[in-house]
Amino acid sequence: MLTNRNSIARAATAGGATKAKKAAKKPATGSTLELKNVSKAYGEEWMSDQILDNLSLSIPPGEMTVIVGPSGCGKSTLVNLLAGFEEPDSGKITIDGDEITGPGKDRMVVFQETALIPWQTTFENVVFGPKLRGDSNTADLEEEAKKLLIKVGLGEFMTKFPLQLSGGMQRRAELARALINEPKVMIMDEPFRGLDAMSRSLMQEFFLQLFEENRRTNVFVTSEIDEAIFLADSLIVLTNKPTKVEKIIDIKLPRPRNYSMLTSAEAFEYKRETMAILHDEAMKSFANTSKGVA
Amino acid sequence: MGNSTVQKRSKLSKMLRSTELRRGIMAIFVFLVIWQFGALIDDWTGYDMLGIGLVPPPIDVLITWGDVIPNIGYWQSWVSSFQRVLAGFLVAMIVGIPFGLLLAVNKYFRGIFFPPFEILRPIPPLAWVPASLIFWPTNEMSIAFVTFLGAFFTIVINVLGGARAIDVRYLRAAQSMGASQWHLFSRIILPGTLPSIFTGAAVGMGITWEVVLAAEMISGGGTQGGGGLGFFIWSSYMGGSLEHIVVGMISIGIAGYLCSSSIRQLGILFMPWRRLF
Repeated sequence: MLTNRNSIARAATAGGATKAKKAAKKPATGSTLELKNVSKAYGEEWMSDQILDNLSLSIPPGEMTVIVGPSGCGKSTLVNLLAGFEEPDSGKITIDGDEITGPGKDRMVVFQETALIPWQTTFENVVFGPKLRGDSNTADLEEEAKKLLIKVGLGEFMTKFPLQLSGGMQRRAELARALINEPKVMIMDEPFRGLDAMSRSLMQEFFLQLFEENRRTNVFVTSEIDEAIFLADSLIVLTNKPTKVEKIIDIKLPRPRNYSMLTSAEAFEYKRETMAILHDEAMKSFANTSKGVA
Repeated sequence: MGNSTVQKRSKLSKMLRSTELRRGIMAIFVFLVIWQFGALIDDWTGYDMLGIGLVPPPIDVLITWGDVIPNIGYWQSWVSSFQRVLAGFLVAMIVGIPFGLLLAVNKYFRGIFFPPFEILRPIPPLAWVPASLIFWPTNEMSIAFVTFLGAFFTIVINVLGGARAIDVRYLRAAQSMGASQWHLFSRIILPGTLPSIFTGAAVGMGITWEVVLAAEMISGGGTQGGGGLGFFIWSSYMGGSLEHIVVGMISIGIAGYLCSSSIRQLGILFMPWRRLF
């Protein structure tokens, strides 16, 4: 099963359009992420801030799961826990049933602000992961990296340093860097934040294109509701701290998505529903803080 | 090959014609003119123009410099000072960089060595001179030790700060990709600390020069021939020649500039990604 998905990934990166289309029609064979009774707090004793309290959540395989929530709810904490950068105080986080003990290439993260290594060129950044692990031989690896960079539109910028790239280009480079490791799960923490509107919509479309070619399990955190609806298969709406799942909305818009769908009545209903929840949560949070309750 | 020499030539001529260089030279020239003028006003009116008048004018200094240059002792001073500076500086880098990195990455090492380090650091290097003279067998070694101390503390504190300031997300990204502890150190922490290493080197170099010159003045030049530029200034003071003092000072300025410039160039070489600023 593993080799099957790997060959799908290779077909996608090789840019073989017909092969990729055929592969995409196969049922999604992705990995399942689960949180079981997870709690996480920061700080000591009286200053302790309970972010997650006995949260249970399941990320379905092979789907684009988008998470939205009020600001300050544990979205970033969730990302860190799923990625393995932090450990829960109690409870278990599993991938395909196996408990997560730390970071790993099966769960690659794309952060809000670029985490491309500034002293490596774009090309070096992309080959960094596989090179560290000694996965494939150098010639194959370089071939694959070049193809991937051309695919994300950075063929001319391979020898440039990350600081020489624009914001959108940096994100694309980070996507390439994550994808070359063939992760089971892609975790995106507001990756398109800070991009101008045009770049952002182009990135969204491009990102969905990549998703169509290879239906990995995706966890996508965002605070933009339009973006959430445009991308998602299912939309998880979170509450304030301590964070719980308020609602899971199934986005039944057809794939492949295009922007006109956002103006449909169906999309509008999703947006109305989501905004109602978030508005309530924001009001609650405001009321709490004005009372001086931590 | 022809192409690259043409490029190199035009790069050099571009540099020589650059407005920055012209501005720099103009600024130095204006400074010299003001200086000369100050001395002349002093002659004409008998008033001291805010202290500038007391300093020998540039023309006199240049004449004295012309007399000093053929004197081999002058150049031996250069060599002596440079030797001391480089020796102290290099040892401080060789010891300081690993020490700083260890402090940054290993909390046990930090717990043991940082407190005594922080207690000793505020002691100015020159305060160490008497103790150094007592404990080290030769004058030369005493000066070398004090020089080392001056640069060492600066380099370590810069390296430590730089290593701790590395964005944690680079480390996290590397961990996700399966980096070992050694990878994290060699591929992330070490290159990420380079800018701070160079800052520490630049500042440490300046401190080294200060200490060397002061030590040369205090200890009477040491046993090596030439005595050093600090001794040159001191004996000029003893001999009562203002012009020689100024010659010595400007010589030190040039020597220091050469050192800083070298460090800058090395920085550009080792950190190509920073050229972008």
